[in-house]
Amino acid sequence: MRSQIEGSQAVARAVTLCRPQVIAAYPISPQTHIVEALSDSVRTGELERCEYLMVESEFGAMSACIGASGAGARAYTATSSQGLLFMAEALFNASGLGLPIVMTIANRAIGAPINIWNDHSDAMSMRDSGWIQLYAASNQEAADLHLQAFRLAESLSVPVMVCMDGFVLTHAFEEVDLPTQEEVDAFVPPLAPLQMLDPDDPVTIGAMVGPEAFAEVKYLMHVKQMAALDEIPVIAAEFQQAFGRDSGGLVKPYRVEDAETIVVALGSVLGTIEEVVDAMRDEGLAVGALGISCFRPWPIAEVREALEGAQRVVVVEKAFAVGAGGIVGQNVRDATRTLPLDVYDVVAGLGGRPITRASLRVLLDDVLAGRVDPRRLHFLDLDVDLVQRELERARHGERPGPHAENMLRDVGTVASGAYE
Amino acid sequence: MFGVRIHGRGGQGAVTAAELLSVAAFGEGRHAQAFPTFGSERTGAPVVAFCRIDDRPIRLREPVAEPDALIVQDATLLHQVDLFAGLGPEGYLVLNTSSTLEALGLAELGHRLDPARIVTVPATEIARDQLGRPLPNVPLLGAFAALTGRVSLEAVCAAVRARFPGEVGEGNVRAAKVAHDHVHESLSRRSTDA
Repeated sequence: MRSQIEGSQAVARAVTLCRPQVIAAYPISPQTHIVEALSDSVRTGELERCEYLMVESEFGAMSACIGASGAGARAYTATSSQGLLFMAEALFNASGLGLPIVMTIANRAIGAPINIWNDHSDAMSMRDSGWIQLYAASNQEAADLHLQAFRLAESLSVPVMVCMDGFVLTHAFEEVDLPTQEEVDAFVPPLAPLQMLDPDDPVTIGAMVGPEAFAEVKYLMHVKQMAALDEIPVIAAEFQQAFGRDSGGLVKPYRVEDAETIVVALGSVLGTIEEVVDAMRDEGLAVGALGISCFRPWPIAEVREALEGAQRVVVVEKAFAVGAGGIVGQNVRDATRTLPLDVYDVVAGLGGRPITRASLRVLLDDVLAGRVDPRRLHFLDLDVDLVQRELERARHGERPGPHAENMLRDVGTVASGAYE
Repeated sequence: MFGVRIHGRGGQGAVTAAELLSVAAFGEGRHAQAFPTFGSERTGAPVVAFCRIDDRPIRLREPVAEPDALIVQDATLLHQVDLFAGLGPEGYLVLNTSSTLEALGLAELGHRLDPARIVTVPATEIARDQLGRPLPNVPLLGAFAALTGRVSLEAVCAAVRARFPGEVGEGNVRAAKVAHDHVHESLSRRSTDA
């Protein structure tokens, strides 16, 4: 049924319909509304036969999910930002053990400086944790991806993260078509665990493995992720068949046919990018967009195929590898190796800074006019003067003090509100 | 596309107002999107929320920088926030005050904007009377409906009742109606004066 609903509520509803048996979570903005709604679902009995564990930390949340999943239960959690970092050790255990846990990431920046707003630095920091990473462009997709995530996780016995932009999606009210329990039951059958702690058929899970087989166990993790590249489109096609919606999959090309310039991005910024693409197409400029719906595993062949006709690719990403450059950009460069095109890495939307049509248009005009150097990392809407003033301050005095505080004072704000 | 920006203070229900407006528009078969710019939420701190209404699905996710309508829940924000940024000459303004534009030092707005598209509403007083609490957000939506015609009062009331069943919803519905009538009266009085 279509309803006008908050993104977090839509996701909580979708997760409820997937009948998880254990939910272990610790609240953190902007994930909080999701787990609040789920705890309500369990309390009211709407979600039956599910244990909700209010754990003491995110490390506890993931550890409880590992235990539950190892015991053959469908396990779910959600987190953001610092919470995901606190889970880091357990994340690698979940993937290394091959446990089909599903987790929502309400994407938020990582401190310091502390910041509660949206970017992708949390999920990107865990991109190599062995979890599958799916990115939602809208709340409809966020809800739909959870159904697909449980299917995918359980068919391959691999953990899956569904990433949705914090606040931008989690706190946005928009139209979402939510399926019925019958539809979801048909699409997400009960979990049939590929491994399970069963007193009647005892095994251990989590052996110490030495040099004799460690590489081989790790190799199988990689093989499984490669298998996911085949499985994800199959699940997305089945989803479309069942629900009539194109949701999920590996990549989402938008007007890329004959496009000379293609913008690559992940998540909710894609809608804004599509608006810019349409406006530029109306002016006769051959511009397109490529949404990356699945970042891990990296759909290298699909990305290459979508980009191979382009002359230039502009990667707009909400995180970066400090001291190295773009993260998605590096992967795109890998996918387009030997193709005669330039890849531009553009960092945008860090810490909740809005990515606007106007800024994207200026960026693309600059790229088309040859004013952007593809060998350098670019920062959209960077306040260069603010940086310069701080560098100047830092050159003077014996103890110029912390950058964050100095720059906040300079721009005249305290956190989010003007104080003058 | 019709973009609305709502300015308020933490606790006045700016975010809820944007959400309710989106639900009201959706209820009338439109596409709508509401979202906040949360700070570190504190009672009394400036809060901004947005709502877009369109006949087509909405893809755009940037803040509403050039609103077609502005709802100001707290006139004391005038000294703290650039409230009218991006509001064009055709823009609508709903301002919560029991005072006048002149007394607030906003007489120039009457020149910059179309005076027929500006209304002041004592929404806090209306809410105190009808609801027993000084929450101006819902009466301002009633005023918005009367001023812009972009959503009906009925759709606003339905959205309020769905979100707040019982007396809280009914009190808010009464407040929305009083504010709606207040705007209609002041608009018709103005056209009679003219």
